Amino acid sequence: MTTLQLENIVKRYKNHTVLDNLSLDVKDGETLVLFGPSGAGKTVLLRLVAGVIDPEEGRILIGGEDMTDVDAEHRGIGMAFQNFALFPHMDAFENIATPLEAKRSSADAIKAGVHRVAKLLKIDHVLTHRPKALSNGQKQRTALARALAGSPPLLLLDDPLRNVDAKLRFEMRLELPRVLAAQGATVVYVTQDYKEAMALGDRIAVMSDGRIRQIGTPEDIYNAPADIDIARLFGDPTINLLDVTPNAEVDGVSVLLSDVRIVLPGIPANTAGKSCVIGLRPEALRFVPAGTPGAIPVSVEAETPLNEKTVTLALTVRGREILVSRPAGTPGPASGSAHIAVDCASAFLFDKETGALIARHGSHTGTQGEAA
Amino acid sequence: METTSTLEKTLRLLALTLVVIFFMFPIVWIFLMSFQTNETILRIPPQVIFEPTLSNYTALITGKLTSAAGTLDIAFMKNLGNSVFLSVTSVALALVLGVPAAYAFARHKFKGSEDIAFTLLSFRFAPPLLVLLPLTQYFQWLGLANTYIGLIWVYQLICLPLILWIVRGYFEDISADVEYAYRIAGHSWFATFRRIALPLAGPGIAAAGLLAFIFAWNNFVFALVLASADKQPVTVGALAFVTSSGIQYGQIAAAIVLSVTPTLALALYAQRYLVEGLSLGAVKG
Repeated sequence: MTTLQLENIVKRYKNHTVLDNLSLDVKDGETLVLFGPSGAGKTVLLRLVAGVIDPEEGRILIGGEDMTDVDAEHRGIGMAFQNFALFPHMDAFENIATPLEAKRSSADAIKAGVHRVAKLLKIDHVLTHRPKALSNGQKQRTALARALAGSPPLLLLDDPLRNVDAKLRFEMRLELPRVLAAQGATVVYVTQDYKEAMALGDRIAVMSDGRIRQIGTPEDIYNAPADIDIARLFGDPTINLLDVTPNAEVDGVSVLLSDVRIVLPGIPANTAGKSCVIGLRPEALRFVPAGTPGAIPVSVEAETPLNEKTVTLALTVRGREILVSRPAGTPGPASGSAHIAVDCASAFLFDKETGALIARHGSHTGTQGEAA
Repeated sequence: METTSTLEKTLRLLALTLVVIFFMFPIVWIFLMSFQTNETILRIPPQVIFEPTLSNYTALITGKLTSAAGTLDIAFMKNLGNSVFLSVTSVALALVLGVPAAYAFARHKFKGSEDIAFTLLSFRFAPPLLVLLPLTQYFQWLGLANTYIGLIWVYQLICLPLILWIVRGYFEDISADVEYAYRIAGHSWFATFRRIALPLAGPGIAAAGLLAFIFAWNNFVFALVLASADKQPVTVGALAFVTSSGIQYGQIAAAIVLSVTPTLALALYAQRYLVEGLSLGAVKG
């Protein structure tokens, strides 16, 4: 285990700034997920840490030691690549053994080390195969085993599940926490899949355009997304985002949905009259009988069952689309017109111009904000 | 449908046959000539049926050419030895110099790297005759004229650009991540070059080496000007058969057969590496 600090990292390619004055602190033994769309600079960041490319400015500290100018082979890092990057002319055993060979371990120690990680990743039966003869899942496990074999204190995983099929990805998402725990390393994990980020990260750093937009626990990011983009990236189905113009109220502000007034407590009154966007998680909405106080009339358009939940597409009186999610098996609305209730405490209000979340007074994080 | 495809097949076979005959006929004819005496070769009309003789080959191997005008010494075996020595050492030197250079050009984009690489390639564009005259002067001053070292040096003009550019392509085809992975595992850049880059580019290096060997072997003009009889390769040595008493077609044919054999054998042997090398790029990872 070790710590990783990045201080004011700048990386440019020609005139394009890939990482813009980025700082990051990864704690001892933590799994930090770097999450963001492609082109956000996640992979570049990982390669800077690994030492295969150099930053223009800034410092990289591993375990408190300045590693900015240290060659990749002396940084003591394990890394798994998105495209596996296995050595095609070596069999799986030799591939996994490479970090141990570099340490000049004895033949017995190499054998023991390879078998330890091979067993952990359940590939001990294919160790004599060349990468060409391995399935995609086995290749991915071999690449992971190679990264783990040297027991590096810092492990960099560059979207390791990207190139495997959905079933394998699901399996590995469940298995990886166990493997990483057994390894006891500090981990930086890159992914574009928010579910993977939520499942594996102690903390998540959301990146876009070479900057970290928000960093926090999965719950923090789900329950208090810093801006509209982040709110949109986390959650399935996607959060409902509707343009509103708040009105001042005694406590907070109110907005109109289907001409029904919804009070958002704790929102600063100075937002009244501004262009805003209200964010409503589909699971924070529920169908209620007509006549319930504050219920919003909608017309039901379509229902989509998604295994553990059912998603309904509804239209407000003004013709705006709203997605409502409910656990599968619970009774749905009658077709045609229905009413939905909004859980005001878990609604977000964003400034339309800047996209930033408008904070509430006091602690008003949602009550239903479980990872979906 | 059936008929058109049959027709197409027949036409294709016919076209291929014509092409093969066109290219193979001179080689077959030379091969036949090498077993004939000058008299049978020069018969009019030419005949395919003749009484084969090994006299051409014995003359070449013993180094004694007996003709109507008397006995002539020919240094064909010495020339053949020179060809082998010059080609092998030139290609070896070009590999030692060119492969690390190709790796540097493929992996490290430094200021002016493209210009340097292109300058090296441009040695292949320049007609040899353009540089020969000044080169002869320089070599006389430096004492390199008529030495093996001088010839091997000049042969680098042929071999080095070839190896550099072919091998560079193969190095560029190796995913950089594969090399990064080895570095991160704790190995030095040199170990990465030796254990990862070299084996993966191996087929490409073999192909480039073979091609360079053939080009070096076939070179004529450098050796003609820069070497005297005892250092000359077969390409130049074959001129000795143009004697005052006529052209010794039989011996020339035999000399050609003998001098083509090593490159042909090498090409046939290396064929599988060439194919392997070409398909490597298709299955990355």
